[in-house]
Amino acid sequence: MKVKFGVVVFPGSNCDHDTLHVLRDVMGQQAVYLWHRDTGLQGVDAVILPGGFSFGDYLRCGAIAKFSPILESIRGFAAQGGTVLGICNGFQILQEVGLLPGVMLPNRGLKFVCEHVCLRCERNDTVFSRACRQGQLLRIPIAHNDGNFFVTARELEQLEENRQILFRYCDSQGRVTDEANPNGALANIAGVINRQGNVAALMPHPERVAEDLLGGTDGRLLFQSLIESLLAGTETGDRIPEAGRSGPFNRGGREAMDIRGVPA
Amino acid sequence: MTAKVRVTLKEGVLDPQGAAIRRALGKMGHQAVQQVRQGKYFELEFEEGAAEEEVRRRSEEIAHKVLSNPIIERFEIEEIQ
Repeated sequence: MKVKFGVVVFPGSNCDHDTLHVLRDVMGQQAVYLWHRDTGLQGVDAVILPGGFSFGDYLRCGAIAKFSPILESIRGFAAQGGTVLGICNGFQILQEVGLLPGVMLPNRGLKFVCEHVCLRCERNDTVFSRACRQGQLLRIPIAHNDGNFFVTARELEQLEENRQILFRYCDSQGRVTDEANPNGALANIAGVINRQGNVAALMPHPERVAEDLLGGTDGRLLFQSLIESLLAGTETGDRIPEAGRSGPFNRGGREAMDIRGVPA
Repeated sequence: MTAKVRVTLKEGVLDPQGAAIRRALGKMGHQAVQQVRQGKYFELEFEEGAAEEEVRRRSEEIAHKVLSNPIIERFEIEEIQ
């Protein structure tokens, strides 16, 4: 039994291949590309919005991607309880469409930050983090210019109250300090989850640390969590609804790649 | 007919770019500038002879849905001419 993942491809996505590779070749699951102009989700069990620079990040990160037809399908999928994960640019897009709270401001230091950071898993009772230990430290790289998580003070209180903070930037001892905050994110927030628990995103790139060859495997914990959760759902018969069955015919990922041109 | 739209950060929202500009101004001898807030400016060109009311309605919709993010920004239709 394999989980079928859909990796969304926008013009300017550049972590879509890495993500698909990890899901298929490292984790041994099924994975297909979902072109942003399509509306069918090819019956996937979970949707991943990968990192990159959709539409060149023009206007605001994710601001143009939010009008891609596939987002309407993903919104419907999420509303039915479908599992959706955003990574980096995928996080920004999920915020723009309103599936996750807040917005990313430019990094505090005004520089594109590309480095390994330490994350603390704030809760391991979610479908995205069940393979982690509570409070486990993960070493995962970030690569972004706009990762400075912002919400209003009241919304931040609600996020804390509802336990919607999934990961925080911390130092190597697990201390959440300002020095360990790479971008100025409020409350060192690196990842959040929605109240229903089926949509989550993080700025760091788990797909970049899923193989020993690349210097780490902490990123696998997220994918492992998803796979375990989705397979467990199948066994108990309460599997999440499959998406896109009734959607129009889907062109599939291969053609999408031709349209997109050379990845950034 | 052209609508001029200004998008600015709401009060209290950190503006790292504005802060960097202010620091640079200080180094250039413009310490008199206390704060800089950076915004965005758009010109939306509509067809000649379009009704002003319609241009305003569309511009507001566009500014609200696309050009600004209401969590951190506000917009203003500065002028329609």
